[in-house]
Amino acid sequence: MNVHEFQAKQLFAQFGVPVPRGKEVTSPEAATAWATELNTPVFVVKAQIHAGGRGKAGGVKITKDKAAVAGLAKELIGKTLVTHQTGPKGRQVHRLLLEEGANISKELYLSILVDRDSGWPVFIASTEGGMEIEEVAEKTPEKIIKELIDPAVGFQGYNGRNVAFALGLNAIEPAVMNPFIAMMGNLYRLFMEKHAAMVEINPLIITKEKTIVALDGKVSFDDNALFKHADVQQMRDLNEEEPLEIEAGANNLNYVKLDGNIGCMVNGAGLAMATMDVIKLAGSEPANFLDVGGGATKETVAAGFRILLKDPNVKGIFINIFGGIVRCERIANGVIEAAKEVKITVPLVVRLQGTNAEEGRTLLAGSGLKLEVANDLWEAAQKIVKLTGKAA
Amino acid sequence: MSILVNKNTRVVVQGITGKEGSFHATQCKAYGTKVVAGVTPGKAGQEVEGIPVFNTVRDAVKKEGCDTSLIFVPPPFCADAILEAADAGVKLIICITEGIPVNDMVKVKRALYGRDVRLIGPNCPGVITVDEAKIGIMPGFIHKKGIVGVVSRSGTLTYEAVHQLSTLGLGETTCVGIGGDPVNGTGFVDVLALFEKDPETQGIVMIGEIGGDAEEKAAEFIKKNVKKPVVSFIAGITAPPGRRMGHAGAIVSGGKGTAAEKMKTLESAGVKVVKNPAEIGNAIKLALGR
Repeated sequence: MNVHEFQAKQLFAQFGVPVPRGKEVTSPEAATAWATELNTPVFVVKAQIHAGGRGKAGGVKITKDKAAVAGLAKELIGKTLVTHQTGPKGRQVHRLLLEEGANISKELYLSILVDRDSGWPVFIASTEGGMEIEEVAEKTPEKIIKELIDPAVGFQGYNGRNVAFALGLNAIEPAVMNPFIAMMGNLYRLFMEKHAAMVEINPLIITKEKTIVALDGKVSFDDNALFKHADVQQMRDLNEEEPLEIEAGANNLNYVKLDGNIGCMVNGAGLAMATMDVIKLAGSEPANFLDVGGGATKETVAAGFRILLKDPNVKGIFINIFGGIVRCERIANGVIEAAKEVKITVPLVVRLQGTNAEEGRTLLAGSGLKLEVANDLWEAAQKIVKLTGKAA
Repeated sequence: MSILVNKNTRVVVQGITGKEGSFHATQCKAYGTKVVAGVTPGKAGQEVEGIPVFNTVRDAVKKEGCDTSLIFVPPPFCADAILEAADAGVKLIICITEGIPVNDMVKVKRALYGRDVRLIGPNCPGVITVDEAKIGIMPGFIHKKGIVGVVSRSGTLTYEAVHQLSTLGLGETTCVGIGGDPVNGTGFVDVLALFEKDPETQGIVMIGEIGGDAEEKAAEFIKKNVKKPVVSFIAGITAPPGRRMGHAGAIVSGGKGTAAEKMKTLESAGVKVVKNPAEIGNAIKLALGR
């Protein structure tokens, strides 16, 4: 789960990571009120959406004029921002972060996540703050500093010193050495205690006043650990999520919307991805990823149909079930029942394999439903692509 | 011969009185696996399909001599369950549970480091040595005793591959699901090493997916150490970057972990990579000259 920058910064403040004074505002009036209270030489108004690249898309405004803040807020609220991470449709702005400006002397990069190779948390730091870290890693890998943290003992002072000296902080600004190291320890605590998946500060700045400040902040959380953190759950913003994905989640389905026109319903994440891949190989594009899980029932199949058919791009549906514990005749019955409830207006191909596949196919063939039954994966993919036409 | 588990493996099922635990313990036993004990705290003295239940893994190991644990404990309590098994002296822990917090697994993996115990999973279908022991949730009947070792990050996609191998008459030796989580126990490399040494395994099918660099590590290992033919499929060539595809580990981040990149690396290590998952069986058949 992702959260907004202002929420990330609230957490930073809570854990002793320095941030600019700022607050979330959702109206020009609230912006004016907070600007008056903030009373700072420079005001920064930042659109809050769950996507990077906001600055380039015109989502960040700076002014020295307190009276101009309301106008900037008015301009940004309701605006649709298109960045490299939002896709062409963009994302509408509902919330702003209004904070004090900073006197930047040097921009750094700092993040923490789990290193998959070792299974240990790792800090990633760089002197190239303010840039896309992927780009830095690609072009100048020597500028990426990595520091693994032993989870048995947690963050130690030497971890901080390793990073601080590698960044050359002693030369850049000795006064920030110790605050930087202390801040890393605080970030580690935040990361572990709140079960974050990633915490990223880009840029982390050294100010002309010789302090360090998290000028931006991005935190994402491990969905599997949300049950432990009611405070984090409350930070969820449904405006930032695809409505069909929210509905799928409510039905315990794992759904990701894509841009193609063949809807697919599969049991198991790996097979669901493989099914998307064969649709492409057969000459079309998948409309979604949908894993109905190991315990697929009539209800989950019906919910799956409803979600797939709500996507106007869907021109055909491909059901691919490898029965293991899930028995195919139960899936077949589920499809038949669901088809009675949900009017299926597009071609449907059902491929059943595994436990009781033959019985399942017989049931479907005798159901009177307009659908095609297939035995193997490739045959099924070709059938649905033929029925819906190739991608333009 | 086979790898990891065989007809002599003595299994304790943790979480045996739960819905999943009791169902699968029964299925595993019916396949012929020596499921000799179950554990649910506070339920000692009960039986599940004739399998005695104990309060602790320590008691189960003492009374029944279990060397392997199969875990169905719900995610919030699963780290505890894995560590309990390790502490009780079990040598192989197979964890089926999906949805364990990553930071819990970080601590578990660190705690198991350097100890004489192997963890498979979590979030995996388990391990099966055909006609000897099924320790997991895979459908036993699709397997056929044969010559191909299968190692995979996925569940049902593994069944798909196994089905092809069985239908083509090649059959399998042992199939190992290593799981779809970003931090897991045993990786591809360990299993590949075991298959390379196993005299019955003549060829290997490796099923990967987007995210992480486990496939790249495997490619490096195969290049240096594996003489047997390896066929691979990587799921997720159509997956968009930044989106998690069901499995917590299946995500392309920052341009890393793409299917295309993994395929290229594996090919350069001499692995036959198939783009169509329906071709896995035929590809290994061809590679084995059958």
